[in-house]
Amino acid sequence: MEEIRNFCIIAHIDHGKSTLADRLLEKTQTISLRELQAQTLDDMDLERERGITIKSHAIQMNYQLNGKDYVLNLIDTPGHVDFSYEVSRSIAACEGALLIVDAAQGIQAQTISNLYLALEHDLEIIPVLNKIDLPSAMPEEVKDQIVDLIGCDRDDILEASGKTGQGVEEILEAIVDRVPHPEGDPDAPLQALIFDSVFDSYRGIHAYFKIENGQIRKGEKVKFVNTGKQYDADEIGVLRLKKEPRNVIKTGDVGYIISGIKTAKEVKVGDTLTSFERPCAEAIQGFENVKPMVFAGIYPVDTDEYEELRECMEKLQLNDASLTFEPESSAALGFGFRCGFLGMLHMEIIQERLEREFNMTVITTVPNVSYKAYLVKNPDEAILINNPSELPESTILDRVEEPFIKAQIITKSDYVGAVMNLCIEKRGELENQVYLTTDRVELTFKIPLAEIVFDFYDRLKTISRGYASFDYHPIGYVESKLVKMDILLNGDQVDALSALIHKDKAFDLGKRICIKLKELLPRQQFDIAIQAAVGAKIIARETVKALRKDVTAKCYGGDISRKRKLLEKQKEGKKRMRQIGSVEVPQNAFLAVLKLDD
Amino acid sequence: MAGIYIHIPFCKQACSYCNFHFSTTAKHREEIVAAMLKEIEHRADFFNGEAIKSIYLGGGTPSILNQAELSSIFKQLESHFNLNDLKEVTLEANPDDLSKEKLRELKELPINRLSIGIQSFHQKDLDFMNRAHSAEEGIATVKRALDMGFEKLSLDLIFGIPTSTTADWEANLRQIFSLDFDHLSAYALTLEEGTLFHHQVKSGKAKEIEDREVAEQYNLLQDYIKNESWEQYELSNYCRNEQYAIHNTAYWMNEKYLGIGPAAHSYDGAKRRWNLANNHLYYKHIHEGKQYYETEQLSEIDRYHELLISRLRTKWGIPKTFLEETFSSNILEHFTNKLSKLSEYFEEKDDRYQIKRAFWFTSDNLLEQLMVDS
Repeated sequence: MEEIRNFCIIAHIDHGKSTLADRLLEKTQTISLRELQAQTLDDMDLERERGITIKSHAIQMNYQLNGKDYVLNLIDTPGHVDFSYEVSRSIAACEGALLIVDAAQGIQAQTISNLYLALEHDLEIIPVLNKIDLPSAMPEEVKDQIVDLIGCDRDDILEASGKTGQGVEEILEAIVDRVPHPEGDPDAPLQALIFDSVFDSYRGIHAYFKIENGQIRKGEKVKFVNTGKQYDADEIGVLRLKKEPRNVIKTGDVGYIISGIKTAKEVKVGDTLTSFERPCAEAIQGFENVKPMVFAGIYPVDTDEYEELRECMEKLQLNDASLTFEPESSAALGFGFRCGFLGMLHMEIIQERLEREFNMTVITTVPNVSYKAYLVKNPDEAILINNPSELPESTILDRVEEPFIKAQIITKSDYVGAVMNLCIEKRGELENQVYLTTDRVELTFKIPLAEIVFDFYDRLKTISRGYASFDYHPIGYVESKLVKMDILLNGDQVDALSALIHKDKAFDLGKRICIKLKELLPRQQFDIAIQAAVGAKIIARETVKALRKDVTAKCYGGDISRKRKLLEKQKEGKKRMRQIGSVEVPQNAFLAVLKLDD
Repeated sequence: MAGIYIHIPFCKQACSYCNFHFSTTAKHREEIVAAMLKEIEHRADFFNGEAIKSIYLGGGTPSILNQAELSSIFKQLESHFNLNDLKEVTLEANPDDLSKEKLRELKELPINRLSIGIQSFHQKDLDFMNRAHSAEEGIATVKRALDMGFEKLSLDLIFGIPTSTTADWEANLRQIFSLDFDHLSAYALTLEEGTLFHHQVKSGKAKEIEDREVAEQYNLLQDYIKNESWEQYELSNYCRNEQYAIHNTAYWMNEKYLGIGPAAHSYDGAKRRWNLANNHLYYKHIHEGKQYYETEQLSEIDRYHELLISRLRTKWGIPKTFLEETFSSNILEHFTNKLSKLSEYFEEKDDRYQIKRAFWFTSDNLLEQLMVDS
């Protein structure tokens, strides 16, 4: 156990975590140069493209220092707010963390919130100033930030460059010297923390664990404490570049188990793995059932593809347990699914994976959060509302609560005013304001999650010219004055465009949605009235004027094919439109609400 | 009702809106004309001896060819096709080419109809469109052609020109209806890729006029023809005394036609075929015996779509019996289904389907809706 070091990397997106991780693998000869694809740890195409790690992984390295052999387990963490629970479980499996900060950009909100998580778990923090070779690097200033933040010694901060390889040796040495080895009772019953799982279509789920106490043997009967399910440990092993089977994994080490588990739902991150014969007395603390935060309808563009979409969603769920879905139908869009996501990024990822991996084109409706409604006759029992159409009539409704979050934003002091205005406009309340350095400010807000779902990220990015980082945690439900706003096209309600919004914002939002739809709806033979309504009351109206001219040029010299092909192409382009009453609605209109300022 | 189209791919200068196939250099003119004569010979069997009703020389600018060249084309046609029942021989011409001398020469050929590209009587419009003639030449040419005994005249006008207002357009209409002619083609200026106009619009040097105004000008023309006892027999074509353009009407009525020359299109009732739209390659391939055309076998859906786009914008519409005789029950069912949903835009008169006149000028999307999904 003394030779094991378990560590993770805390870094903001783009701060060079993956490149630096590659260097560690290269230096410890875990991977040869030839095998080294850029950013080895991110093996989903989508991740590589977006430069972010969606699913966490782990990898084991051997390292020799002063004639002693060490085993270093790097546990990779997902890098986005939507996945903060998964991050917390990865952190819980470690004794140390590399805090990687871009020497040119300084500390970002994401880094701070993950750092707090690491400090909560008593991890030894090794601060690393990365990209030290950049001409725009400001090492002294960023070191000040780091010292202020974690109270470390200035000399403890390592300087490195993933690009040139500078400082990599020092990082490895520091991991061995500074990170404490895991502790645990080798003779106690098996108690292992599940911190991740991946799906393999041939062998089912591979669950990744770290052994806190005891040991696991190949073939033994095991049990997951929270799900209560039992399996045989068909194969166990360690995670090198490829999986390497072992007969036993001992206390403090990190490994994988393959036991015929078919779907991701059966393995919950944070669960405790123990022996069936000799179970541990209690589960590892901190387990949570991850609940989706954001909901949206996903519909096939081609209504005939409903069953195919169901199959795709089921396959996605096999390796993404945080995705939930159930059938729903919409008058506008036909049959589809109401899906639950961890956040907006998660939603985008699912949509893209559907398109890329399954070749499905889908329409995603306006996302909403999960509300709690209470009826007059039963004011203590909450009804979960995941779809605006489920909101009970106002006559029988006692009250509605919506989820709030605590949001942390770090930005430059120049943009503080603009960021505050945005948050206040979004019904946020400023709770705290801390100057990290003279020109970097951390703002803490209490803000409804629903407001983050509607055009928040894009605007934050715009007003701060990209110099704002954002992180959030849910903090519970608060009573709120919410109304359901409907959109009507020539008098026909478009259910897929209904949204629950705060009463005070209905007029403004209604008007903006109508204006946006006016831009997006193509002209037709007749005028199209776009109306926003709350209950029976029309709060905004716009009109798309009828077509006045829609003729192509003459079929010159008998060239009729040209015109035919032109119209066929136009028709093809409209294929994705949906008919609402007599009005044809293009796909992008269903997400109009999210992009009001484009 | 067979027709022959001859494409003359030369122009003096490029009109800023035109994307038809032409070249402004007369280079290799001899070789190209020779290749066309050869093509006529190659394709002598196209009609199997059926009598040709119409010949149309279009372009480009056919009036650019000299007497000898035009004459050689007619001679070649005579020796390879049955021209015993020829009703209409049209030559497209620009006013600047139609001198008295030229008209006299044309009169000696079998030409009995001139289609003259007037486009506008306003100098600012002609300048904007880079036409080679002046405003005065337009009127003078029409009178000269009549004087020289060309009884059948078709005049072309363009509306929706950025340099013109609706009042200017009305002046054009007053002017043209004061002339003695029987056939008018009036097109809305269309922005086509690869033209100077397109480039000007993209770079902000010119602006298309608003649809509302174009529609206003179109409607104004409809008011005029009512008063002048003309009729609109196709979206862009008007005549009086039943002087329908025989050749163009054949296109809309699904008749066979043979196209000769670069970029020319042919239709034999089942296949469409079009020649290379490149003067050099056209004559080179013909002289070297290489393939100089592409063909497309029309599927039932293709033929259905072509019927919609060509016939529904004519006063004849689609006869019910023709539909039933030509198409399978699937297509018929599709058609009646779609039509019932769009009934306010269509009418059924004398067992024919037609788009109501009020919607002709916004008909593209109606045609699209009748089409079959790909």
